[in-house]
Amino acid sequence: MMLRAVLLVLALAGAALACGLPPPAAAQQTIRTADQPLADPALEARARALMREIRCVVCQSQSIDESDADIAANLRNIVREQIAAGKSEAEIRDYLVARYGDFVLMKPPFNRATLVLWVAPFALALVALAAVAFGWRRRAGAVAAARDLSGAERARLNQMLSEHADPGGGRP
Amino acid sequence: MIAEIGHYALVLAFALALAQSVLPMVGAARGIRPWMAFARTAALAQLGFIGLAFLALVACFMRSDFSVLAVYEHSHSQQPMIYKIAATWGNHEGSLLLWVLILALFGALVALFGENLPPRLKARALSVQGMIGFAFLAFMLFTSNPFARLVPAPLEGQELNPLLQDPGLAMHPPMLYLGYVGFSMTFSFAVAALIEGRVDAAWARWVRPWTLLAWTTLTAGIVLGAHWAYYELGWGGWWSWDPVENASFMPWLIGTALLHCETVVEKRDALKVWTILLAIIAFGFSLIGTFLVRSGIITSVHAFAQDPARGLFILAIFVVALGGSFGLFAWRAPALQPGGLFLPISREGALVLNNLLLGVATATVLIGTLYPLALSVISGGTVSVGAPYYLVTFVPLMVPLLLLMAIGPLLGWKRGDLPGALQRLAVAGVFAVFVAGYTLHRETGTSIWAPLGIAVGVWLALGTVIEWIERVKLFRARPRDNWNRARHLPRAAYGMTLAHLGLAIAVIGMTGSSAWKVESVQVMKPGDSITIGRYAYRFDGVMPARGPNYLAERGTFTVTKDGKPYTVLYPERRQYEVQESPTTEAAIQSSLSGDIYAVIGDRAGPDSWTVRIYHQPLVPWLWIGGALMALGGLTSLSDRRYRIGVPNRLPVVQATGA
Amino acid sequence: MNKRLFYLLPIVLLGLFGVIAWYGLAPDRDPSALPSALIGKPVPGFNLATLDPGSGGLTPRDFAGKVTVVNFFASWCVPCKAEHPLLFQLAKDYQVPIYGIAFQDKTEDTERYIREMGSPYSKIGLDQNGRTAIDFGVTGVPETFILDKTGIIRYRLAQPIDPGRLAGEIGPLLKSLAQ
Repeated sequence: MMLRAVLLVLALAGAALACGLPPPAAAQQTIRTADQPLADPALEARARALMREIRCVVCQSQSIDESDADIAANLRNIVREQIAAGKSEAEIRDYLVARYGDFVLMKPPFNRATLVLWVAPFALALVALAAVAFGWRRRAGAVAAARDLSGAERARLNQMLSEHADPGGGRP
Repeated sequence: MIAEIGHYALVLAFALALAQSVLPMVGAARGIRPWMAFARTAALAQLGFIGLAFLALVACFMRSDFSVLAVYEHSHSQQPMIYKIAATWGNHEGSLLLWVLILALFGALVALFGENLPPRLKARALSVQGMIGFAFLAFMLFTSNPFARLVPAPLEGQELNPLLQDPGLAMHPPMLYLGYVGFSMTFSFAVAALIEGRVDAAWARWVRPWTLLAWTTLTAGIVLGAHWAYYELGWGGWWSWDPVENASFMPWLIGTALLHCETVVEKRDALKVWTILLAIIAFGFSLIGTFLVRSGIITSVHAFAQDPARGLFILAIFVVALGGSFGLFAWRAPALQPGGLFLPISREGALVLNNLLLGVATATVLIGTLYPLALSVISGGTVSVGAPYYLVTFVPLMVPLLLLMAIGPLLGWKRGDLPGALQRLAVAGVFAVFVAGYTLHRETGTSIWAPLGIAVGVWLALGTVIEWIERVKLFRARPRDNWNRARHLPRAAYGMTLAHLGLAIAVIGMTGSSAWKVESVQVMKPGDSITIGRYAYRFDGVMPARGPNYLAERGTFTVTKDGKPYTVLYPERRQYEVQESPTTEAAIQSSLSGDIYAVIGDRAGPDSWTVRIYHQPLVPWLWIGGALMALGGLTSLSDRRYRIGVPNRLPVVQATGA
Repeated sequence: MNKRLFYLLPIVLLGLFGVIAWYGLAPDRDPSALPSALIGKPVPGFNLATLDPGSGGLTPRDFAGKVTVVNFFASWCVPCKAEHPLLFQLAKDYQVPIYGIAFQDKTEDTERYIREMGSPYSKIGLDQNGRTAIDFGVTGVPETFILDKTGIIRYRLAQPIDPGRLAGEIGPLLKSLAQ
């Protein structure tokens, strides 16, 4: 139990080191991957745009474009190579998902597992809209009902007006 | 010794919290005046004890007493004093103590300034506040003791994470906690109102200052955090839809809706059920945030990695607090007197729409944040939900909201004149369309969102100004009349104007910085030069530099604009003493049209470095807008009505009983 | 009736959240762990040079027909050193061949590591650019994979092996695959 905890901490420390967060103690990776930007600026721009949508599997709150982790650099080069080789963004995404799962996409895919995720906001918006419309009709009806005087009230009003009618003009 | 004093003070506070939870509640139910009055004493004493404990912890940090575990893990003798102090709340246990301190502070403020509150409401509210304090003090004392000792005491500490050794980040947690914990006070008032069975304009007026204070500080805290991320993380991003960031955003959205609901209750005695529900939910989101950060249930750069046992404790607090209040709500809310009627097209109607849009937006953020967790628990699948999701679901909701914000204030209460309002906003509309067209024309190739965002921001800004013009009758009355009207407008009106204006400016800033950011990554040798737009950057090499607890490599960039000297930038790469990985300090030069931003990266060769230069258009508008929003909140808070309070209707209250 | 439902909705949602959070807090759940996308799929293709040039390269054909363990490691990786003795135990207790893949490690460093720590490996492949690791969906070292006789990946451990896992998960799986 203790050993498992220690090993887990060491493994997490390795991950933390890779992200640039301070770890308790670890050694530096000896072969570091260098970024190899593409020569063609248009292709490089396409590659960068795609990189911003791929989540770093080690520093999980950053994209591979932002991450300092070595594996992110490796993945960046893979994206670049495939863009230069003419692969489409969808094909590259499939390549990465085949290896790391759906997690690696910042924009979750639309499939059976994520149906609720994608549909819920729009469904809620519709429900809210329906509630507003329903509330409108009810409210408008209530106000209209309150606005009109009943027959008895109208008679009383006429009586009060005739009682206090002042032929000379009345007080201001 | 000091640590022991602090620990003992906490234990005393814990016992006192128990008394504060029970006695005033029973006293309010049975009408026992001394027990109700005890709430005031207890709340003030709570602040005293917890304040003492907090000061004790700060003292331990200031003296670098490494026999205290928290000090050992998060401080270092060479750390600058200001960061020794900030380290007090830069860790799980210390920040929990800060949390509880602010909880006690709000209770004490209500005790001190709530002289006009009806005794029963005050007693019940403070009692609920005491219950929350009791729960969190228990959590601290039993699982997260800030005064835990380390024997034998080490000679040196492990240093505060360098990322946290920064002035912005020192202030960010206290601001945020003022916000989060501020909503505890509205929660307490809401629960007290439910127990009493009455929500009315007077209640809304008493609650509103606390909501305003919480909302204002939460706004400031979020903007500070975004600003910190922008200048510290080295790539100019200010929001990543990280679960913990979302956990601060959701209470802000609900708090905004709550603020507007309270206005309606106060002015028109309507929307009571909504207000109570939102008050409970706002604090619920504060608790969710606490849970997500401290339980270890999700990965996030913000999370204090903790063990699941602590998570269970917080989950229990959350379930009991919300379950109890939702249960109370289900039981008592139907009996609340329905309030004033209003037509759909009216200011109340617009505020209802406002609440619904904010509510759906909050639900969207919640779903996006919790979905990976839910999916992993239910089916073991892993997905991640990042910015692209929110861009498609959250942002489209904001557009109608921002459009509505200009129209709503121009509608009358109960019965609004929509065509009239739109007519008065025609100028704003035309200008917005014009700006959108111009943007589209100038910056071809970017998505539709950029012109739309700018247009909506311009619409809201102009619409807000037009509303003020209407109120002051500018151009329609003599200047002396205008001045008189402007002087006598309630501060709350100015608060609204400033806050709405601030949001509009911030939206323009968000759009500009997201849509038109330019990045250039180069390997440069000293003497190399690069031109981006109107700016030329000459790299003048790297020199070693030294700080109190770090060594750095400092680069120099001489920048010219249109050929004329503009500025010199000094980005740094720092290596702190104990932590092994370097941190980058970007060099930023701000102007109203945007920022230029330089970062020095790894060495690429014996005499060359990887260098990143960014152009961040309109980013300062974000900070200006955020500051205006917070200023608006403060302005509203200083309104006469809250200082003078509601006229005392004590005799009537006593006659009807509660 | 409708109104009552509306008032009860918050409690229902709260309950839902509570249940999810409860399961989410299970002590053996690691929130940052990614389940392998390769479980149940055939081992990816690769062709690596080996530490001992005389033994030929390392390809999936080396695994054919037998249950194998593939272990990614590196000389610069501290937890790898910690798990190393357990690899010997694994090989001995379960009579299963272990193939090592050195991840982004200089040849001389790997040689030194093996000289110091000994080798439980039948062969050691050199993945110096890390591409093979990415094909396996590796996120760091050490990571261990178990392949069945037909070369399908059955198990992946993204942490150092510990005695508990060895006895509780890895051992039984190896036994069941060997039949």
